[in-house]
Amino acid sequence: MDALNAVVLLANFVLIPALAYGSQLALGALAITLIFGILRFSHFAHGDVMALGTAVVILTTWGLQSAGISLGFLPTALLALPVGMAFTIAYLLVADRMVYKFYRKVRAKPMIFVMSSLGVMFVTNGLTRMLIGPSEQRFADGARFVITARDFRTMTGLDQGLALRSTQVLTLVVALIAMAVLFWFLNRTRSGKSMRAYSDNEDLALLSGINPERVVLITWSIAGILMVLAGTLYGLDKTYRPFTYFQLLLPMFAAAIVGGLGNPLGAIVGAYVVAFSELGITYAWRRFVGFFVPEDWVPAGLMQILPVDYKFAVTFAILVLVLLFRPTGIFKGKVL
Amino acid sequence: MNPVLRSFFLFSLVALALVVTGFYQSWTLALTILNMSLVSAVLALGVNIQWGYAGLFNVGVMGFTAIGGLAVVLVSADPVPEAWRAGGFGALLGLALGVATILAAIAVWKRMPAGRGRVVAMIATLVIGYAVTRYVFAPAREAISSVNPATEGYLGGAGLPVVLSWPVGALFAAGLAWVVGKISLGLRSDYLAIATLGISEIVIAVMKFEGWMSRGVNNVSGLPRAVPRPVDLQAHGFVQSMADRSGIDVVEVASIVEKLGYAALFSVVLILLIVLSELALNSPWGRMMRAIRDNEIAARAMGKDVKARHLMVFVLGSGVCGLAGAMMVTLDGQLNPGMYEPLRFTFLMWVMVIVGGSGSNWGSVLGGFVIWFLWMQAEPMGRAAMEFLTMGMADDNWLRVHLMDQIAHTRLIMMGAALLLMLRFAPRGLIPER
Repeated sequence: MDALNAVVLLANFVLIPALAYGSQLALGALAITLIFGILRFSHFAHGDVMALGTAVVILTTWGLQSAGISLGFLPTALLALPVGMAFTIAYLLVADRMVYKFYRKVRAKPMIFVMSSLGVMFVTNGLTRMLIGPSEQRFADGARFVITARDFRTMTGLDQGLALRSTQVLTLVVALIAMAVLFWFLNRTRSGKSMRAYSDNEDLALLSGINPERVVLITWSIAGILMVLAGTLYGLDKTYRPFTYFQLLLPMFAAAIVGGLGNPLGAIVGAYVVAFSELGITYAWRRFVGFFVPEDWVPAGLMQILPVDYKFAVTFAILVLVLLFRPTGIFKGKVL
Repeated sequence: MNPVLRSFFLFSLVALALVVTGFYQSWTLALTILNMSLVSAVLALGVNIQWGYAGLFNVGVMGFTAIGGLAVVLVSADPVPEAWRAGGFGALLGLALGVATILAAIAVWKRMPAGRGRVVAMIATLVIGYAVTRYVFAPAREAISSVNPATEGYLGGAGLPVVLSWPVGALFAAGLAWVVGKISLGLRSDYLAIATLGISEIVIAVMKFEGWMSRGVNNVSGLPRAVPRPVDLQAHGFVQSMADRSGIDVVEVASIVEKLGYAALFSVVLILLIVLSELALNSPWGRMMRAIRDNEIAARAMGKDVKARHLMVFVLGSGVCGLAGAMMVTLDGQLNPGMYEPLRFTFLMWVMVIVGGSGSNWGSVLGGFVIWFLWMQAEPMGRAAMEFLTMGMADDNWLRVHLMDQIAHTRLIMMGAALLLMLRFAPRGLIPER
C-alpha cells in the first residue's frame, strides 16, 4: 500500500507534470530542429514568435468568449488555434521574405542568419508587448480537472490524491496527434520526403528538381503550427507571460541539442529528458522517501537536490554533459 | 569620405545630440545618458573583441556583466563580522568542497581507464561530494541569512575601495568565461551561443537566490561611491561658488559635478581600453586573430591553435564585459539582480556592435553611444511620432489610448529594425573595419 501511495505521489508531482511539460517542449524543439535541418541556422526568435502567436490565440479566445462561444468542457482556445496558426505562419513567411531570403540567396554564413534572427526577435518582442502587454494573462476555461485529488482518493481508497488536470491530458493528446501527423508527413508524403532530402543533401536535392523555396515555405508553415501549439498548450497548462516564453528558448534548444540538432525524433526524446530531469531534480523527495523508511530515518531537510529557482541550471547541466561527452546528441544529428 | 574624418563627423553628431538634450531637456539627463553610454561603449568593446576579432557568438553578455557587478559588492561593501562568525567558515568550506568535488570528478574521468567502472566512479564521486558539500554548506547558509536579515543577512564584502572592484569584476567574468569556453568552444558555433545563454540565466539565478552572498532580491544598496555623493558635494565651497556664479540651484550643480566625475573616470577606462585594443588589433596577434576568423582551416594549416586562441579571446572579451558590469553597479550605487534582463544587457549590446561596425573598435564605441542615446530617447521620440500619427483621433479614442500606453515598447521594434537594416544594407557598420 505504501509503495502504491508513493507511486501516486510521484505521478502527481513529477511524472504527469513532466510528461505535459515535456510534450510542450517537444513541440517547440521539433520546430527548432526542423528549421535547423532545412534552413541551417539556430532560430533565436523562436520564443518570441511563440509568444506572439499565442498572444493572437489569447486575443481571439477573449473575442470568442465575449461572443458567448465556448467548447463546453474543452478550453475555448482550441477554437482560436487556427487563427493563431494562420497569423504565425504569415508572420514567419513575411519575416522570411523580408529578412532571411536575402541571406539564403547570397549564401551567408550561419552566424549572419542567427544575427538577423536576433533582429526579428527584437521586433517580435516589441510587437507582442504592444499587442498584449508584458504582464501575465490567463485564458484557460472549460473543465479544470479530469479527476480531482479528492475523487481519486475516494475512488481508490489510497491516502495520496492524484489530480489530473484537463490541460495536462489535452497537452498529451494534442502533442501525440501532432507528432504522429508530423512523422507521417515527413516519411510518407512527397513534400515531406523532399524536405528530408533537402535537409540531407542540399545540392543533390536541387539536382533532382526539388524546389528549395517550396521546401522553405513548408518548413516555416510546419514550424508555425508547432510553435502556436506549443505556446498555447504551455499557456493553458501554466500561464502566459511573454518573458517566460523567451526563457523557454533555453530548454527548447537544450532539448534539440540533447537529441541531436536536425533530428526530429531526437528533439522529442531530448524534450522529455530535459523535462523529467528538471522536475525530478527540483522535487522535494522527502515525502516519497517517507513511504519506504521508518519515520525516524526520514531526514529533516526537504531532500531537494536543487531549489526550483535553479531549474535552468538543470537544463544547462544536461546540455553541458551532452556537449562534453556526445556533442552530436543522443541520436546523431547534423554536426558541421 | 576619409575614414578618420567620417568617424570624427559621426562622433561630433553624437556630441551634438547630447548637447541638444542638455539644452532642451536637462543637463542631468544628458550626463546620465553620457555615463551609461561610456559603460555601454566598454561593453560593446568587449563584445567586439569576441565577435569582431574572432567571430565568437556570445549571447550571455548579461551574465558576465552581472558577475562583474557582484564583484563590486564582494570587494567594496562593508563586511558583516557577525555573519562571518555565524557561518563564514562553513560557507567558504562548502564552496571549497564543491570545487574539490568537481575537480575530483574530472580527475577520476581523466585518470581511470575507459569503461563502465569509470562512469560509476565519477558519478559516485559527484554524489558523495554533493552530499558532503551540502551537509557543510546548508547550515552555514541558514546561519548567515538569519543575521539581522532586514538590513544584512549576508557576509558583506571586503570593505576595500570601490575602484579596486573593477579589475576584480573583470577577473570574475574572465574566470567564468574560461569554464564556459573550455566546455563549448571547438564545437559548432551555435553551441557556444546556447551555452552562454544558459550560463547567463544561471548567474542571474545565483545572484537572486544566494542571499548569503549578494542579499539576493533584497538588493545591496548604499555601496561605497567612487565619486563623493551630491549631498557631500553641496557643502563644498567650489560647488557653492559655481552655483552662485551660474545662478543654477546648488542641488543640481552638485549632481552635475558628481556625474561629470563619473564621466571622467569612465572615460579614462574607455580610452585605456581603446588604446590597448587598437594596439592589439594592429599587432601580429591581431593579424593572426583576423586570419583565424576569416579562414579557420587555413589558419590551422599554418599551425595556429584555433581553439586555444578562441578561448583566449573569449576570456578577454568577457573580462571587459565584467569590467563594464562593475562600473555600472558602481554608478548605480546598488546591486539589484532583478534589473538584469537579456534584451537590455545582451541583445542591445549586439545591436551596438553591428550598427557601429563589427571588428572596428571605434565603431563599437560609436555604436554604444548612438544606440544608448536612441534607447533612452526612443520614448519621447516615439511619443511625438504617435501624437503625429493619431492626430485626427479624439483624445479618448481606444486605439489612440492603447497606442499611447504601449509607446515604451516601440523602442524594441526600433532596435530590431536598426539591426536588420544595418545587417542587410551596411553590414560593415557605421565605422567599418579597416
